[in-house]
Amino acid sequence: MDLFEYQGRDLFERHGLPVLGGGVAETPQEARAIAERLGGKVVVKAQVKVGGRGKAGGVKLADGADEAEARATDILGMDIKGHTVHKVMLAETADIKEEYYFSYLLDRANRTFLCIASVAGGMEIETVAETDPDRVAKVAIDASKGVDEAKAREIVTLAKFPADVADQVVDIAVKLWQAFVAEDALLVEVNPLAKVGDGRVLALDAKVTLDENAGFRHPDHEALEDKSAVDPIEQAAKAKNLNYVKLDGEVGIIGNGAGLVMSTLDVVAYAGEKHGNVKPANFLDIGGGASAQVMANGLEIVLGDPAVKSVFVNVFGGITACDAVANGIIQALELLAQRGETVTKPLVVRLDGNNAEAGRAILDGANNPLVTRVDTMDGAAEKAAELAAAGK
Amino acid sequence: MAIWLTKDSKVIVQGITGGEGSKHTKRMLAAGTQVVGGVNPRKAGTKVDFDGTELPVFATVAEAIKETGADVSVIFVPPAFTKAAVVEAIDAEIPLAIVITEGVPVQDSASFWSYNVAKGEKTRIIGPNCPGIASPGASNAGIIPADITPQGRIGLVSKSGTLTYQLMYELREFGFSTAVGIGGDPIIGTTHIDALKAFQEDPDTDAIVMIGEIGGDAEERAAEFIKANVTKPVVGYIAGFTAPPGKTMGHAGAIISGSAGTADAKKAALEAAGVKVGKTPSETARLMREIMS
Repeated sequence: MDLFEYQGRDLFERHGLPVLGGGVAETPQEARAIAERLGGKVVVKAQVKVGGRGKAGGVKLADGADEAEARATDILGMDIKGHTVHKVMLAETADIKEEYYFSYLLDRANRTFLCIASVAGGMEIETVAETDPDRVAKVAIDASKGVDEAKAREIVTLAKFPADVADQVVDIAVKLWQAFVAEDALLVEVNPLAKVGDGRVLALDAKVTLDENAGFRHPDHEALEDKSAVDPIEQAAKAKNLNYVKLDGEVGIIGNGAGLVMSTLDVVAYAGEKHGNVKPANFLDIGGGASAQVMANGLEIVLGDPAVKSVFVNVFGGITACDAVANGIIQALELLAQRGETVTKPLVVRLDGNNAEAGRAILDGANNPLVTRVDTMDGAAEKAAELAAAGK
Repeated sequence: MAIWLTKDSKVIVQGITGGEGSKHTKRMLAAGTQVVGGVNPRKAGTKVDFDGTELPVFATVAEAIKETGADVSVIFVPPAFTKAAVVEAIDAEIPLAIVITEGVPVQDSASFWSYNVAKGEKTRIIGPNCPGIASPGASNAGIIPADITPQGRIGLVSKSGTLTYQLMYELREFGFSTAVGIGGDPIIGTTHIDALKAFQEDPDTDAIVMIGEIGGDAEERAAEFIKANVTKPVVGYIAGFTAPPGKTMGHAGAIISGSAGTADAKKAALEAAGVKVGKTPSETARLMREIMS
C-alpha cells in the first residue's frame, strides 16, 4: 500500500525524523486554518499517489492564510495524470541550500534490502543513476543486522555527504531504518532530504509503501487506506474477502490461482483481438480450496459489474474440487434469481482437474441456457470473447 | 531419480495439527509420501491418526529429525508464526524446508533468508507462498495434486501453483520427473535458477518447462543463466502480458513497477537465450510436445 505524502510525513515524525510542521486539508477553509496555525509562508501540495505533480501545477507557494486558501481552492479537484486531488498538504517553507536523496527499498534479486543515497537530490533518482552514476551509492542491507550507526556512517561516506551534515544524515539513516522495520515498509524514500539555511537537515518529502501482508501486526495501518480511490466494485469484493482487481474490458473473469487468472486475462485478450477487441473486465482469484459459497460470491460481484457482457469461469481444480465450483455457479444463479435479479449475461465455464467429471456433469445436468461448457481454456476464452462482442 | 525430493525422502509437517496441515498430510500420505511425523510444541508426545496411519507429534524440528531421520519439512503454520517455524527448521539443519504459507510479511522472509545465509545455507528453502514440490510416482511434499501426471522426464519450475497443474495436465502423456512451485512472493528461498541448475544436472530430466509471471527480474536472470549453463531444451511461459502497471495481481510479487517487470521484457530475454516461449499454456505445451516427440 502506497501512502500519501502527508501520511508519510506523519509516520516520519512519529519515528523521530526531522520534518517541517504541516497538516492536511480537504477544503480551502481547512487549508486556511492550517496556514494560520503554521504562520507565515507555506507550501500547498496536492496529495496524489503519482509523480510529476509539481510540473502539473500541484505545488504552490502561499504567503499567508488568504493565499493558502486561494491556492488550495485551485489545487483541490485538479486532475493530475488521472488522479483527482481530494486533499492538499500544507507545510512550512524551507530555505533550501542543498538537496540530497535517501531511500531504503526491497532488493528482490538479492533477497535483501537496499539503501540508495545520493547528494544529487530533488530530481528523479533513476535519472541521476543514468546521467551521473558515480553520485548514486547503493548499499546492501543485511536484514538480520539492519542499519546501526557504523552502517549508517558507511552509507554516508560512500554517498559522499558533505562533512558538515554527515552526523545529521547518520542519525536520519538510523532512524529511517528503524521506521522501515517497525512499520513493515517495502519502501521509504526521502527526496529531497535537504540542508536548510540554519544548517539543519530535514526530510522535505516522504514516499512510503507498506507491506499489506504485515497488516496483522499493524492494526493502525488500515486507517491509512485511501477509501476514496478504491473502485466501488473492488470495495464490495474486498468486503467479501475476494482477491479482485477491476480492469476496463467486457469479459468478466473468475479463476483459481493468481498465475492461472493472469494467464486467463492474456488468453481472453488474445481471443478478443478477433472479436470486437473485447478485453478482460477484471482479475478475480477465488483461490485454492474455493468452496461453492466463494464461487457464488465471486459470480455475484462479477455479474454486478455493468461493464461485463460475458463471464469466463476458468478453474483447474488442484485442491479446489470442480463439483464444488459447479455447485457454486448453479447456486449463485439461483440466488440471484430468487432476489429477482434477472441474469442475462452468458457464462462460459471450463473445468479441469480435481473432480472435473463430476463438475461437468452437474453443469450439464442443470441445463441452464446461460451456461456454456467448453473443454479447453483457449476454446472457452474464444467463446467468452465472442459472446461479449455480441453483447456490446 | 528426481530433484530434491525422492521416494526415500522422509517428510515432517510443521503445523500438522492445524486445518491445512492435517488436510494436506492426509493427501501426501495418500500420494505415497513417507510422512514420518509432525511438529507442534503444544501437542508434543501425542499421536495423530490419518486414516489408519498414526504419526507422532514432536516438540521441535530437531527432535523430529533425531527420532525419525526426517530430511524434508513442509510448513503450514499461519503467517504470524512462519518466520519462527523456518528459523527452527534452519537451526535443525533440515536439508529441505517447504513454506506453503501465503501472506508472510516480506521483512520476515528477508530475515529468515538472511539467517539461512549466515548459517551456511544448509537448508534449501522453497517458498513462501508456494504449492511445494512433487516428484510424481515417488513423493509429494506440499499441495500439488498427486494424480495429474505419472512419472516422466520433464522437469518444471513455476511461480504459480495452478499454472503448474495446468501444464502438468497438458503434458501428462509424457509425465514429469519433478515439478517445483517456487512461489509468487517478492523474496523466495529457491529461484528459477536453482531449479534450472538442478534439472540440468539431473540424469532423469530431459527437458524443462519454466513458468514465470510479471514483477521483478527473476525470469531475465534465469534467461542469462540458461544461455550460459543449460544445454537441455527449455520451454517458457510468462503470465501477465495484459496486466496493467502498478496493480498487484494476486501474488504479492506480481506487479509491474514503472517499465520494469513486464511480461514482454521477460519473453524477449528468454527468447534471446534460445528458449521457446508459448503465448498461452496450451501453446507452451505444444512447444514441449514437439521437443519430446
